[in-house]
Amino acid sequence: MKKARTSKATFSAPAPSRGAATAVTHTARPVVSERARSLNFGNKWDYAPAPESHDYLPIAPRHDLFIDGEFVPPSTGDYFSSINPATEVKLTDIARAGEQDVDLAVRAARRAFTEVWGPMPGRERGKYLYRIARIIQERSRELAILETMDGGKPIKETRDIDLPLVAAHFFYHAGWADKLTYAFPGRDPKPLGVVGQIIPWNFPLLMAAWKIAPALACGNTVVIKPSKSTSLTLLRLAEILQEAGLPRGVVNVLTGTGDTGTALVKHPDVDKIAFTGSTEIGKQLAQLTAGTKKRITLELGGKAANIVFADAALDQAIEGVIAGIYFNQGHVCCAGSRLLVQESVYAQVVQRLRDRIQTLRVGNPLDKNTDVGAINNSAQLEKIRELVDCGVAEGATVVQTQCSLPAKGYWFPPTFLTGVTASHRVAREEIFGPVLAVMTFRTPEEAIERANNTPYGLSAGVWTEKGSKIFKLVNQLRAGVVWANTFNKFDPTSPFGGYKESGFGREGGLHGLHAYLRC
Amino acid sequence: MAAAIKARVVPERMVSSVQPGGAAGFRAPNPVSVDQVMAEERAAAFTRRSIKSGAKLAGLRMVVSMMDLTTLEGKDTPGKVAYLCRKALQPADEGYGVPHCAAVCVYPNMVRYARRFLGDNDQVKVASVATGFPSGQYPLRTRLEEVRRAQGDGADEIDMVIDRPAFLLGDHARVFDEIAAIKAVCGPAHLKVILETGELVTYDNVRLASRIAMDAGADFIKTSTGKIQPAATLPVTLVMLEAIREFFFETGIRVGMKPAGGIRNSKQALAYLVMVKETLGDDWLTPDLFRFGASTLLNDVLMQIARLTDGRYQGSDYFSLP
Repeated sequence: MKKARTSKATFSAPAPSRGAATAVTHTARPVVSERARSLNFGNKWDYAPAPESHDYLPIAPRHDLFIDGEFVPPSTGDYFSSINPATEVKLTDIARAGEQDVDLAVRAARRAFTEVWGPMPGRERGKYLYRIARIIQERSRELAILETMDGGKPIKETRDIDLPLVAAHFFYHAGWADKLTYAFPGRDPKPLGVVGQIIPWNFPLLMAAWKIAPALACGNTVVIKPSKSTSLTLLRLAEILQEAGLPRGVVNVLTGTGDTGTALVKHPDVDKIAFTGSTEIGKQLAQLTAGTKKRITLELGGKAANIVFADAALDQAIEGVIAGIYFNQGHVCCAGSRLLVQESVYAQVVQRLRDRIQTLRVGNPLDKNTDVGAINNSAQLEKIRELVDCGVAEGATVVQTQCSLPAKGYWFPPTFLTGVTASHRVAREEIFGPVLAVMTFRTPEEAIERANNTPYGLSAGVWTEKGSKIFKLVNQLRAGVVWANTFNKFDPTSPFGGYKESGFGREGGLHGLHAYLRC
Repeated sequence: MAAAIKARVVPERMVSSVQPGGAAGFRAPNPVSVDQVMAEERAAAFTRRSIKSGAKLAGLRMVVSMMDLTTLEGKDTPGKVAYLCRKALQPADEGYGVPHCAAVCVYPNMVRYARRFLGDNDQVKVASVATGFPSGQYPLRTRLEEVRRAQGDGADEIDMVIDRPAFLLGDHARVFDEIAAIKAVCGPAHLKVILETGELVTYDNVRLASRIAMDAGADFIKTSTGKIQPAATLPVTLVMLEAIREFFFETGIRVGMKPAGGIRNSKQALAYLVMVKETLGDDWLTPDLFRFGASTLLNDVLMQIARLTDGRYQGSDYFSLP
């Protein structure tokens, strides 16, 4: 700095200006040849690993069932191992509940319903739910890390999406507990009784919240069974219920296999079944409950169309397409797995998708910069591979993120398939993985027809800057949720559920409450 | 009255066929819509990247090398410009391995002093704001004269402002013609076109103005003068980067980007780098194609670099003022 201040040059009298420039033509900007016009997503500046630490979170070597407010060993004496799908390292042993355990749990739930929870005034039930919501918020980091280790989801998503939504569902339903008569004016809403709930592995804790919070708010008691591959966070939630002082038996957690779920559905003293999972299992459960007094709601598979019109804000539409299919490795029942692009912008959209998937970071789910984590289980990975291979065999072209995948664990890179028609298997069957089928259409009428041409009807997306077109499509798309210029947005106030083979019944909002009430 | 308005709005229009600078005549660009909600959501996602250790150090050094160290005050003097130039040449002690800044950015009357101080080597460029900065509400003739003089005084880069009244009146041809005319008198100097996004307000406007500026010959497009709030934001910069991407694919020309104003700390600056890396890729991670217009940012970056190097924070008095 000293040097600068004493510089003679600076303080000497200014020289006369060089004056107006002579007519110099400006330097032309260099032009890249058409063939070389591509973006280069290399590692000129690579991000260092940023793993979330988890050493301070002990995971018990063995997990028992949660029945009547206590952790108890299973009557079967059986345990199965739960692994981290990103490393294939065993995390813990999980109890397998048998029919006897199911019976114990349902009895505990019935007792809690008739003696404590059913008669309890709504505002008291609400207090418990608020308390649970607050403890979830306090322990959200722990739960997010566990969810990531158990299910392979990126920590960015469990931390920023799953856990905030879990807490939000408890907060939202806590508010309804003492206002049910206002929710359904002129009627006299009553709880159903004991509710059996079966949830999937794609959003383990969030699905538990979707199920437990409205059931409890409405005065029901619960027996809930998580998927075999993701039991950990629900068992941690059971600890939170204990911590919140929830009366014994109000919520019971039965870990186990498909047989455990079947036993729960068959149990004669269950008043309602709420299931989220595959269409195949959903149909079986519908058959099992047919002819009984049991109510049932099903939230099943999907093959959502994401419709991009030429007049959409394309750069933002691409983001929505990416979020729609690669969120949670595509393990999302409402994933936008069929991309319908108006033919006039097809080339542009494909080029942008190609560039965009190169910037997706695939790898260690605990790394805070990971966008796409591990496939949840080996069976699912096999299914994804089989369907993509089938797509190729049927003539589709595969475009994938060029990246190295970890040696251990279950991985599938973000993928999209072009050259797909409506008759390809990849365009009809739910892949439930990070795989997008790209197709085209010409007119709005064709878009509607093609979007509806599926046995499913859970969700759809519309991308256009024209509001009138949005309203027209929303009214004609047979899907439970239609997102306009956004995708995969969830909120406890908004009902969610399907048409056709995507199930029936709604979860969330007033409609969701209604499914847990007699009124 | 109508005649009077006409006379005010469309005075002495430049002929927009072929400009002396070689830019083709104005053709209205296809309007490209921007969805505000999704653009802001995407921009926010870049701030959630976790930049640690080696990547952070490398990123912060890159930030310094991309900085247009700026002083734009009515009270600027040759003395103040000298402080600025010296700081740009050597921002920190040599031991920290910090590169020099990309440029100093000054008012036209200060160009000659900056040039004199920096000498003829072109390590640190001299950038001059011009064209009636910051409002641009001056006759074209004098704006052109300013550019000629700044360039003649030794400016390597000209940061012009667009004619916002013309843009908001929908007279896009006029905006184009003026940029092309200014480009024509820039000579060898690079032209940065300031859109003043805080006055254009909508992302649709920003996207359109970006395209007009690039069509008219801009080497860089720049968000703001720093005199209007909001200045640079992540979403507005994203919209401009997307316009640059579209222009590159259509023409093969790589246009640079300069967010200016409001970027005050290292964390913000790194989020911008993340956005460039993930939107335009490695080719744009260079001072030739990305700049930060800032003054207070530099010392915050240097403090972070010192902490990463020494393992502890130092007080602000250990870092010289520009």
